[in-house]
Formats: sequence, C-alpha cells, structure tokens
Amino acid sequence: MNIPKELKYEKTDEWVSVKDKMATVGISDYAQEQLSDIVYVDITLSAGDKVNKGTVIATIESVKAAADVNMPIGGTVVEVNSALSDTPELVNTDPYGAAWMVKVEMDDPQDVKSLMDSAAYEKYCADRTH
Amino acid sequence: MREPTIFELSSNGRTGVIFPEADVPLAELPEKMLRRDLPLPEISEIDVVRHFTHLSHLNYSIDENIYPLGSCTMKYNPRINEETARMPGFIFSHPMQAIETVQGNLVLMYQLQEWLKAISGFHAITLQPAAGAHGEFTGVLIIRAYHRDRNDLKRTKILIPDSAHGTNPASSSMIGMEVLTVPSDARGNVDLAALKKSCDETTAGLMLTNPNTLGLFDENIQQVIDIVHQAGGLVYGDGANLNALMGIIRPADMGIDLMHFNLHKTFSTPHGGGGPGSGPVGVSEALVDFLPEPVVGVIEEAEEDLPPLYGFIKPAKTIGRMKSFQGHFGVLVRAFTYIMMHGAAGLRNASEMAVLNANYLLARLRNTYKVPYDRICMHEFVAEGRWPDAEGIHALDIAKRLIDYNLHPPTNYFPLIVPEALMIEPTETESKQSLDAFVDIMIKIAGEAHSSPELLKNAPHHAPVKRLDEVKAARDLTLCCGRTE
Repeated sequence: MNIPKELKYEKTDEWVSVKDKMATVGISDYAQEQLSDIVYVDITLSAGDKVNKGTVIATIESVKAAADVNMPIGGTVVEVNSALSDTPELVNTDPYGAAWMVKVEMDDPQDVKSLMDSAAYEKYCADRTH
Repeated sequence: MREPTIFELSSNGRTGVIFPEADVPLAELPEKMLRRDLPLPEISEIDVVRHFTHLSHLNYSIDENIYPLGSCTMKYNPRINEETARMPGFIFSHPMQAIETVQGNLVLMYQLQEWLKAISGFHAITLQPAAGAHGEFTGVLIIRAYHRDRNDLKRTKILIPDSAHGTNPASSSMIGMEVLTVPSDARGNVDLAALKKSCDETTAGLMLTNPNTLGLFDENIQQVIDIVHQAGGLVYGDGANLNALMGIIRPADMGIDLMHFNLHKTFSTPHGGGGPGSGPVGVSEALVDFLPEPVVGVIEEAEEDLPPLYGFIKPAKTIGRMKSFQGHFGVLVRAFTYIMMHGAAGLRNASEMAVLNANYLLARLRNTYKVPYDRICMHEFVAEGRWPDAEGIHALDIAKRLIDYNLHPPTNYFPLIVPEALMIEPTETESKQSLDAFVDIMIKIAGEAHSSPELLKNAPHHAPVKRLDEVKAARDLTLCCGRTE
C-alpha cells in the first residue's frame, strides 16, 4: 500500500497536499483498494464554493459500494477535477496524482495540523486491515 | 451450455403469430412516424416456448434450495398464500367498485390493519406503501408533517446509524432532509456519545433498524430512543428485520413512534423477480392524523342483524395519497393468509426458529470465518469473507464459489461497516439437515481458499456463464440487443 510521506491524511481516508495556502484533496490508496473498481465519481462542488471540514466533496461508486468523500479542511474551492467523471478508473490507478479531486484555498493553513501524518495513517490503516 | 439470447435465435421472416383480418379500414402511418431499425426477434411460437423454458431451468429458487440471504431475498412463501390470492372474489374485484360490493376485500384490509397493530403495538396502520423504501418515504413525510403541524420548522435533520440500509438516507434525502450518519460502537450498537452529540433542536428524527443489519439487537435501545425523544425528535423503525421479533417484543413498546413492515419479507409474500412488495406503516397515537388517505375503517356501525359497513376514512391532517387505489392488494391477501395460518403462537415460533437457525449457523461457522461483532445474534449475522493467510481472497470469490456448489450466495459487501462482509440469514423454515449442508460447503470453501485459491478466484466453473465483468458492465453503459452492425 502506498502512503506518500509528504501528505496529510484524514480518518475518513482523504489525503491533503499543502503548498502555502493552497491544498489539493483526493482519496488514499487504502480507500481505493477497499472500494475496489471505481465506476463513477460525481464531484458535487464547483469553483467558488465555500467548504468546511466535513463538507461532502464527491460521491464515489464502486462495484461494491458507494461512499462520500469529505473535506478534511475548510476553504474556498479553486478548481475541481472534471476529468474524473469520464475516467473514474483514475482513482484506482493514480489516487495521489491524476485522481486529485478538488483544489482549495484554505481559510486557515493551521487546519492541517489536526490531520494524521503518513506514519500515523499507516498504523491507522494496519489496525483496520486485520 | 449457454442458452443463446432471443435475438440470436431470430431468423428473417420467421413468425410466431398470424394476425386476424383487419375489421377496420387500413390506414397508412405518416412517413415521419415510421422507423426502419427495430430489430425485434423473429421467432416461431415453439421456439419462444423452448427458449424461456430453457431459461427457467437455469433459475435458482427457494423451491430448490436454501437462500442464505434469507428474507431479504425471499423466505419460503407457503403455497396456501397463492391459493387464497387466486380466489375468484379477490381476482375479479375492481378498485373502482362501490364499497358495498367489495365488503369482503375491505374486511380483509381492516383485519390486516388490526393484526399488524397487535403485532407491533402501533395505534393505526396505512396499507398503501408499495414496498419497504416507499414505507420509509411515507414515514419521513409523516415525521415532517408532525413537526410542521407544531410549527417547529427547524427540524430538518434525520440521523441514521452507519449500519443502516442504504434506502434510509435515500428516502430522507428525497424529502429534502439532511442526513447525519451516527457511528456504531465496538459491540455493534448505536454509539450513544455520538448520538447525543448529533441530537439538537434541528433533529427531525432517527431511523433505526433493530435488530440492525449486523443481526444484533441494540443493547441500549431504551437509551437510544430516550436521547432522540429528549431532543424532540421522533424514532422511525425500519421493519426490515421484524422477522426476528414477531410475538416477542412490540416495536411500539420500545418507544418507536412509527415503523414500516415489509409484508414481502416478514409475512412471506413474493418479491424481487416474483412480484411487488408491500410496506405498510404503523404509527403511534400522536401521528394517527397524518397517515396517508384513505385508511380502511367502519363507516356505519353494525345494526341488529346487519354487519358493519366498511369503507374509507380520510385522516384529519393526512399527508395525502401514497399510491393509487389500495396499494398492492394481492400482496395484502397473501400476508393476511400467512398471519391467519400461523396465529399469534405460530408467528412467535417462526421468529424463534429464525433466531435459533441463525445462531446455529453462527456457532458452526465462527471458528472458520471471522465474525467481527461476535455475540448472540438475532435472525442473521455478518462474517468476513477474508483470511490473513489467504491473500487475494475476497468475499466475492467465496460467493462465486458457492454457485459451483449449487447454492445461492449470501448478501455480500453489506453492511458497509464490515470489510468483505458476508451476511447470512437462514430463515425459520430451514431444517437442521439443510443448515448442516450449507455449513459443510462453507467450511469446504474456506479450505479451498487456503489450499487452491485459484478455484475461488476463477469461480464459478460450473455455471452457464463464467464470472461476469461487473466493472465493464458498470462503466460501459451500452446495452445493445440484436444489433449486429
């Protein structure tokens, strides 16, 4: 399982990559593996939307289940990844790259401090596996 | 052998029907209304009969073998249900007839309402909703109407445990309610601390399935309901799992305010491919006025030698009609028959046997399959379809391998809170022999998962079609029958 060191993670399996006030959000490798083959991604936000921690970003459907993707931090949406609606399989093949979901300008960059680092997230995933 | 599709059996110019001579003058259709590309199969009558007879031989049914997904698919439907539903008085009546001419039908509906009241403890019943999720939709409309009637307009949130059926949030969202998920605790109960935190003056209600989809009776049911009531919300019961409770506890006595029944699950009427469902809703006294119209009642009391006249009553603050005419009447006849044949003691016995059978399976399987919430279950339990030392084996592989043993797989990947979930519900009618046969095969498959995993990963091997490509089916939504170009 791939858990990049430079990212922060939310308990509901979203990742955040931070550069100054800008944050990019997607779902983790663990999450895509649990969901299995993803067949549908519906991003329910658009640029300009104000979001809080916990706001639903997107609904994902796999052959096994449907799941909400939650915002791990608050801010204003700058861009959403519209490519995912036609190519949902990117979430399986490249969860940390081409399958980013939204980019936001954070209200408070300190928000990420409440999230897990890669070591904590790795342990969190291992505890749930068996 | 694979049966060809009916389109593949088509042969140009072959025909199964001969139209009679027209007894009206022929008229040409306007050119712009004609289409040239309607590739309907051209087949003779005998080939149509053979094709569908072949397909029927491929069916799996409760008449042949156990359904380990239990009443969610279909528990055994006693044959007498079909006999009563075919009685001429029922099948030749019409919902537009004057009520004086269909008193028998109305008495049946009235009596069914009374029996459902006795089983559940509720104050009144609507028989209209067409199925379980329609009952939920009706219930949430009643909850909204109740709050609005008291001019309490802030209550827009419905709380739903994370073990709930997916229809609960769907029904609530359709009405415009905001859905808040409540987590489960380590024993599979509603997490009380999280529930308290979620309850406030915006809480319209909680939708609760008890026993829940893990097959567990909530050990804190009284506190759960009290917390919601203290916040001013109502508690909706999802009656999908009533099969575990009949004659043992009445949902209204737990403090549940309203609940739907799945006649097509608990009361043994066909559903799925076999027929429409029926999801009556029962309500407490405070909600009687909001029921959908009409409900069946006595509109003229009995006089000396005359029986009472049954008819339709409009509740004072009704949410309106939920279904045309009187719901799925044929289903009501079957449920009525089931209750009448069993009687109170028989219904209790059915629930007790359903619980006993599930616990027997649990006891025989828990050493082979991990059961994450392992305590005395009700009518079903949930196991994990994976082992740390059988890499790459998933619940789906176990389900597909069961098909090779001519068994219908149990529900898999639900509830979502159990990874690789296999939900197993035997129902009350299975004998010890059929339960043992199922367990033996489940244990054999667990052995194969470790010794020859490819047997599972490539299963089914002995079905008319091999493993279907579900991913392609979901991603590539092109349905193309009979077009060869």
